[in-house]
Amino acid sequence: MAEDTQQHPLKIYFQVWTLLFVFSAFSYWVDWYGFESYLRWGLILAFMLLKAGFICAIFMHMWWERLPIIAAIMLPCFAILVFVFIMWHESYWTLIVRRIYFAITGS
Amino acid sequence: MEDSSSTVKIVVPPKQSFSKEWASDQKAFKGVPWGKAMMWIFLVSDTFVFSIFLISYMTVRFSTKAEWPNASEVFGLHVGHYNVPLLLIAIMTFILITSSGTMALAVKYGYERNRKMCGYLMLATAIFGASFVGMQAFEWTKLISEGVRPWENPFGAPQFGAIFFMITGFHGTHVTIGVIFLFIMTRKVFRGDFDTGRRGFFTSQKSHYEAIEIMGLYWHFVDLVWVFIFAFFYLW
Repeated sequence: MAEDTQQHPLKIYFQVWTLLFVFSAFSYWVDWYGFESYLRWGLILAFMLLKAGFICAIFMHMWWERLPIIAAIMLPCFAILVFVFIMWHESYWTLIVRRIYFAITGS
Repeated sequence: MEDSSSTVKIVVPPKQSFSKEWASDQKAFKGVPWGKAMMWIFLVSDTFVFSIFLISYMTVRFSTKAEWPNASEVFGLHVGHYNVPLLLIAIMTFILITSSGTMALAVKYGYERNRKMCGYLMLATAIFGASFVGMQAFEWTKLISEGVRPWENPFGAPQFGAIFFMITGFHGTHVTIGVIFLFIMTRKVFRGDFDTGRRGFFTSQKSHYEAIEIMGLYWHFVDLVWVFIFAFFYLW
């Protein structure tokens, strides 16, 4: 958006800044307290997405951008999720083949 | 460029459906300065680069039979008698977030034509960034001295080293480039380039405070990537 409209109150930057610190501290505590399995992964992902969202929306001003540029930035990123899905399955397939191979050869 | 004056007002056209704007003649992102649109497009491509690194990390970690090293032990530090897990990484994370905050404020003061505040905040951002790179160098030195190599390590799955050096190395390179540009831009701010509209050395375009926001986009992106690396590589 044009520069004359990119004026935001100081307060919102400090609020987001504080939130980022809090979320980082929380995600560090997840490791500190040794949460395991799905609780751990869920919390890590939740804090990660919150942090990424606030950085993108407020610090990078995406919240105030026009929809055409937001869409141009965000839509290609969904292709990444497709790739993650493909490689996730690929890696499990590789693991199965390795297990079978090592079981047969006894190594 | 038609809007060469540093105080020109860019007319923002009324909102319309984004498919209509994408399909429009001559210009797609109406009212978005071209430098900013180009930076965003670069950042999208950079997102793909880092995604591919993180996806290859996922693939390697899921497909290995050997146990993956426990990051909170590998990256722990001894403080007195205590072994604090991930201490250095946590400090690095907080430093990068702090630098992101000072950068966001520098952009704000830039648009307010507050030259001094903008300059000092840019300088602070650059110094935080440089200290981040310094800590990363320390971390690399520590791990290399413990015998971590791209092809082997004493903690577990040998792929750990390759992934560690590749991902943190690439991110560190981004931070380093960012720090260099932050120092260059800080000098430009203090010299008053953005107030006088002095022409750039390479581009001979008039300087404009937009450049601070574009610099900010890059710097926040570096922080953004670290958020993902911190979650997936260090905490997972």
